[in-house]
Amino acid sequence: MDKTVNNKAWFLVLPVLVLVAFSAVIPLMTVVNYSVNDTFGNNQFFWAGLEWFEEMVTSSRLHDALGRQVLFSAIILAIEVPLGIFIALNMPKKGFWASLCLVLMALPLLIPFNVVGTIWQIFGRVDIGLLGRGLAAIGIDYNYTNDALDAWITVIVMDVWHWTSLVALLCYAGLQSIAQAYYQAARIDQASRWAVFRYIELPKMQGVLLIAVLLRFMDSFMIYTEPFVVTGGGPGNSTTFLSIDLVKMAVGQFDLGPAAAFSIMYFLVILLVSWVFYTVMTNLDKAEGQ
Amino acid sequence: MAQITLQNLAHSYYPNPQSDKDYALKEMDHVWQDGGAYALLGSSGCGKTTLLNIISGLLRPSHGRVLFGDRDVTDAETAARNIAQVFQFPVVYDTMTVRDNLAFPLRNRGMEAGYIKARVDQIAAMIGMEEMLSRKARGLTADAKQKISLGRGMVREDVNAILFDEPLTVIDPHMKWELRTQLKQLHRQFGHTMIYVTHDQTEALTFADKVVVMYDGRVVQMGTPEELFETPAHTFVGYFIGSPGMNFLDARIEGSRALLAGGGVVDLGAGYGPVSGHSQIGIRPEHALLTDEEGLPVTIRRVEDVGRHRIIRAELNGHAFNLTAPEGLAITPDMTRVVFAPGKVNVYADDWRVTPRAAAAGRAA
Amino acid sequence: MALELRGVSRSVGGKVHIHPTDLTLQKGTMNVLLGPTSAGKTSLMRLMAGLDVPSSGRIFWDGQDVTGMRVQDRRVAMVYQQFINYPAMSVYDNIASPLRLMGRPQGEIHRAVQETAEMLKLTPMLSRKPLELSGGQQQRCALARALVKGAGLVLLDEPLANLDYKLREELRIEIPRIFEASGAIFVYATTEPEEALLLGGQTACLWEGRVTQFGPTPRVYRAPADATTARVFSDPPMNFVSCFKDGHRLNFGDTVNAPAEGAFADLPDGRYLAGFRANHVELNKHSGQAVEFRCTLGVTEITGSETFVHLHHGPDKWVGLVHGVHDLAPGSAVSIWLDPAHVYLFDSAGRLAAPAAYAQAA
Repeated sequence: MDKTVNNKAWFLVLPVLVLVAFSAVIPLMTVVNYSVNDTFGNNQFFWAGLEWFEEMVTSSRLHDALGRQVLFSAIILAIEVPLGIFIALNMPKKGFWASLCLVLMALPLLIPFNVVGTIWQIFGRVDIGLLGRGLAAIGIDYNYTNDALDAWITVIVMDVWHWTSLVALLCYAGLQSIAQAYYQAARIDQASRWAVFRYIELPKMQGVLLIAVLLRFMDSFMIYTEPFVVTGGGPGNSTTFLSIDLVKMAVGQFDLGPAAAFSIMYFLVILLVSWVFYTVMTNLDKAEGQ
Repeated sequence: MAQITLQNLAHSYYPNPQSDKDYALKEMDHVWQDGGAYALLGSSGCGKTTLLNIISGLLRPSHGRVLFGDRDVTDAETAARNIAQVFQFPVVYDTMTVRDNLAFPLRNRGMEAGYIKARVDQIAAMIGMEEMLSRKARGLTADAKQKISLGRGMVREDVNAILFDEPLTVIDPHMKWELRTQLKQLHRQFGHTMIYVTHDQTEALTFADKVVVMYDGRVVQMGTPEELFETPAHTFVGYFIGSPGMNFLDARIEGSRALLAGGGVVDLGAGYGPVSGHSQIGIRPEHALLTDEEGLPVTIRRVEDVGRHRIIRAELNGHAFNLTAPEGLAITPDMTRVVFAPGKVNVYADDWRVTPRAAAAGRAA
Repeated sequence: MALELRGVSRSVGGKVHIHPTDLTLQKGTMNVLLGPTSAGKTSLMRLMAGLDVPSSGRIFWDGQDVTGMRVQDRRVAMVYQQFINYPAMSVYDNIASPLRLMGRPQGEIHRAVQETAEMLKLTPMLSRKPLELSGGQQQRCALARALVKGAGLVLLDEPLANLDYKLREELRIEIPRIFEASGAIFVYATTEPEEALLLGGQTACLWEGRVTQFGPTPRVYRAPADATTARVFSDPPMNFVSCFKDGHRLNFGDTVNAPAEGAFADLPDGRYLAGFRANHVELNKHSGQAVEFRCTLGVTEITGSETFVHLHHGPDKWVGLVHGVHDLAPGSAVSIWLDPAHVYLFDSAGRLAAPAAYAQAA
């Protein structure tokens, strides 16, 4: 096929390519460089090959952090997705209350991550926090700085508070696209509430739900700021997730080589999972388009 | 199955309607026979969808009552009215198979499995989808999906009425023929009361025994297709039914003659009493014949070949006037006059039809 | 002065949307693309507009190759089934928008908008927003926007499909008038045979991505090149019955026969497919040559002055359109009459073997 397509448009993309090169490609290459070298500062590098990667793959410290991370993401998804759907289903469909709900739902999403961390850090403190004092007052022994379980609960509740809105809003948008005729037909068919959800609402939400799951997975898998502010990864290492561990390793201990190898593997895991999600999503779209 | 009674029914979307204008549906009283096929015909905004929503229970009327048989259902929920409805766009459960789609209303009512299977097979055979029963509904064509919707509407034997809301909008012309005749056969076979809402006169006329023509929130005429065609009760019906619609000419009525405002006399074929208000005569294009002999003079502007006949767009006394001519008939340049078929001229006063004297005497009984 | 497609085809992902097509649309003509949904009407229009690049073949505009040229650089306007206007702009600004994009002087824009609005009867609504208008008026506004820039090619993709029946009728009368005033090439896609007939001009019949016939609309209607075209260009669908020519006689189905006269007399003996339209069926012996078919009645549909009779004749399903109101009982036996002069014969490959005698006379 010989076509005389105008190629000038590519020049317009150039600034973006340059920007991406500086903001992503060059830093990434630096990390790759660190991951295969040993350095003691002063820009002196000694070739280390795959040593750091081997060390990281077999490191029990990384395994533990990965285990905690997977558990955290799994819990987050298991709570936020159903809860988000439930909230979306029960939000008013139109009018003043719908707008109000939307604004309220959007609020947590607008708060900067470290502020969210700070809010909950103070909120949960036993000495001055409303939650901590309140729980103590009714006789519940709660202290997220001492007790690993309490710390986990705090971090999870905080994330649910912060991010469930996103799932809910996405589902809400999906629900809004369902024509009224479907609900009417279901009423006429005397479908149960469950059947309406299973056969009308869920199929229509499928697309946005996958996006929601993908976003929540990626975000929770990379979570850093909020638990760092609240627990600092403690007590002990109990809430040290991958990125917190990574920062400890790179900045705290200045183990740049292992940290670099660590981040590359971390990056690849996220890329892989996202790719799987993307493939599933596009295949579903295709099936729907037929 | 039930007879549907609309008692002093009216509806306004405003909380405190002041004048007639505020009513989307003006007060009406109608009884629709059990097992009848009715069509609600009108242009968008005429109130036909409002009326349908009141019957289906989606909307509570601001005045009056709706009765199914002897039962007052004005306040009953949609689910409690025991009706079926087919919508403008196919409403199918995408993730279910065709069989499950058809069986859904029966399963929800806890029917016995053997009965459901037999009934679904029967309906599938009727809509011609036996071979697709185990397919997922997702990915079927629009008309296949609409067939499923029709089938789901038909699957319950005990419904009070089946409502159709412009069900053939998304269907190709050829498929329309098939679905329409299927619908008609299903009606013959099961005798459900059917109410069919449409803006398409062909669909309304061919489907229904009785067509309810609505205009500006009012039922202007309810009658058989033949009545609507031959004796439209209102100028709107004359205009709306038929394509092109009826021609109207301002005229003064004197006994059995009409004196046209622009000159010329038309024999009405029946005697009329004194006609007050804005008087007009109405003639269908099909009842006007182009001739080279005696008649009213017309100027031909354009001839459109529609295949089975031709539409002649002409002018009579400076007003647009349409005629039709059969396929074979040659139109020669000296055909400059028009005559009206005897007894096919209707008289209107202020848009409403005036009954001729002789017929009025006969019908008064 | 014309738009010419030479061997233009388009496939997407191995699926053929348009088979290689040659088509020449002359300047100042109304061209109808007639075919069912997904026959390729929109695909063909997108190729004409330059929204899609053909997989093979070339497109010429006034003899100049425009195959790869961007839509923006062609003088093309398009109107869709949905009423597409800028909701935030007034009708005036909507109509003016294409000219403003072209950077025309203010005075010229004003004159062009006024003229176009007048032609489409939009003058009283110029200051309103599109969403405050009725569906018909919204589509008029979209039409005005397409016409105002004086495009050489105006593509209309089922523009009336979303309108009420009566509004459609009104706009259908106006479109030929508007077209005559514009002098552009109009291409109008529709699924309805009646609409094609009302618009007149030329018709291209489309079926599964192929143009089956292109010619003056009444000729395509009365002398369809093949059975597919005849089927697409008939509403109600054309009736078919198998036919066997044996010497001087035509045998329809198993029982009916008629003398093979006129064009039929010269055909070689053998199997044919006979086709006839619904409106040529009669319930009485209306001509000396008419032959009788004994059928079983399905349902009848009354339109007020006419009746559609749905018939079963052996394995065939037919539709007849007869004058008057006939409310016959379903399942009853009826005799219908058909004049062989109204019969088309198609050969085994579906091509027209002999046109109906009446069509040649017309």
